[in-house]
Amino acid sequence: MTTSGVLAQEPFDASAPWRLSPQVALRDEAFGALAYHYGNRRLIFLKSKEVLEVVRQLEHYDSADAAIDAVVGEARRPAYRRALASLERSEVLVAR
Amino acid sequence: MPAEPTLRDRFKEGLDAPICLTWELTYACNLACIHCLSSSGRRDPRELDTAEAKRIIDEMVEMSVFYVNIGGGEPMVRTDFFELLEYATENNVGVKFSTNGTRITRANAEVLAAMGYLDIQISLDGADRVTNDAVRGEGSYDAALGAMEHLSAAGFGPFKISVVITRQNVTQLDEFQALADRFGAELRLTRLRPSGRGVDSWDLLHPTTAQQRDLYQWLMAHPMTLTGDSFFHLNALGDPIDGLNLCGAGRVVCLIDPIGDVYACPFVIHDQFLAGNVRNEGGFAQVWRHSPLFTELRQPQSAGACASCGSYDACQGGCMAAKFFTGLPLDGPDPECVYGHGETALASQKVVLGRRPSADHSKPGAISLATR
Ligand code: SF4
Ligand code: SF4
Repeated sequence: MTTSGVLAQEPFDASAPWRLSPQVALRDEAFGALAYHYGNRRLIFLKSKEVLEVVRQLEHYDSADAAIDAVVGEARRPAYRRALASLERSEVLVAR
Repeated sequence: MPAEPTLRDRFKEGLDAPICLTWELTYACNLACIHCLSSSGRRDPRELDTAEAKRIIDEMVEMSVFYVNIGGGEPMVRTDFFELLEYATENNVGVKFSTNGTRITRANAEVLAAMGYLDIQISLDGADRVTNDAVRGEGSYDAALGAMEHLSAAGFGPFKISVVITRQNVTQLDEFQALADRFGAELRLTRLRPSGRGVDSWDLLHPTTAQQRDLYQWLMAHPMTLTGDSFFHLNALGDPIDGLNLCGAGRVVCLIDPIGDVYACPFVIHDQFLAGNVRNEGGFAQVWRHSPLFTELRQPQSAGACASCGSYDACQGGCMAAKFFTGLPLDGPDPECVYGHGETALASQKVVLGRRPSADHSKPGAISLATR
């Protein structure tokens, strides 16, 4: 059980379209959500409801940035890009 | 302004469903390990039947329990073991099961290798036959190694070798690692607790303070080792070991026993930690979400005698089960407190003597510690 992923070669591309991995299941919790990856058997913690909502919205937008803007506003892009990048390293997110 | 609650603080308030749900399918076992946490041996006649067991799996699906840790007893002695395994994994409830390996024949290994969402832990408590069999009984080393050979030949992939750390095997960590490497397996080390028959074997088996320090150093040097989050009392020695690092009993952890009783944790099979039964109205969800015991465990807990210790944040006062069954107060140091405060407390007159598990399914006449 860990929140750290393997370091990715490529930095997270927030201008690209992303989605929740089909191998990942989410469970709402008071603090945010738990994500479980059935492939690598990892449990990952989404540490706020907002991060959860951004993750859920990703597939409806052409880019990660667009999803971030829609859910929490453009001003908060840096923090949310970091959160998504870490989820991508844990294979919670996959490119579309 | 109060600090933003950490994830650990949130976990202490409990979750909608457990993260670490242990389900012991049976108290029956063909071995009689002297430290068995559930005092297993004889099947309990009240054991959940296949239909009831499947209903529990249905509940797990409803609650989004992503995976369950199956144990026992020896879970593979249940005649519906494979049926339940299939039912769970087909419903996306991943299974990690612990076994002594005696039932992993070549044929069974083939079946297991063909299933998805499955992890297997083979229990082994010594890197050599003598050390292992002294705890797990004669023939158990060969059975475990045989199971590993079969899984490996069947192409199961990386299974886990699960070791309960004792005074006798803590010096064999490199050998365990070499064994795991030989099979492409993962090494999992967990802490011995004075639970089940461990109440009687604790004094003989639990590692010394010096050994615990060595163990901590070894874990730091081998960060890929799985620990089931069980050594957080050693975090008082320095950097934290990877994991949630809290006592999750009734908060993120619980046990469903073979007769459907729900306990706060697999290591506290005692009336004081019994929260309810899945056979009652509302099933497991009702017990998990609303039982008075779990509600109480999710309230802020007092640090007691540990409050003045600078390491409390790292160590959390250790393991509730270890304190309870050694007779220590729950809001004080762990019996294996790295500063020796537990030992001091144990030597005082304030210990509650004779706390024993409420359920004992040991076979009558099972070889006791004294005669081994
Ligand atoms: S006194 Fe308590 S908190 Fe401090 S190291 Fe010992 S068990 Fe841990
Ligand atoms: S009682 Fe001990 S074994 Fe059980 S959850 Fe707490 S720390 Fe872990």
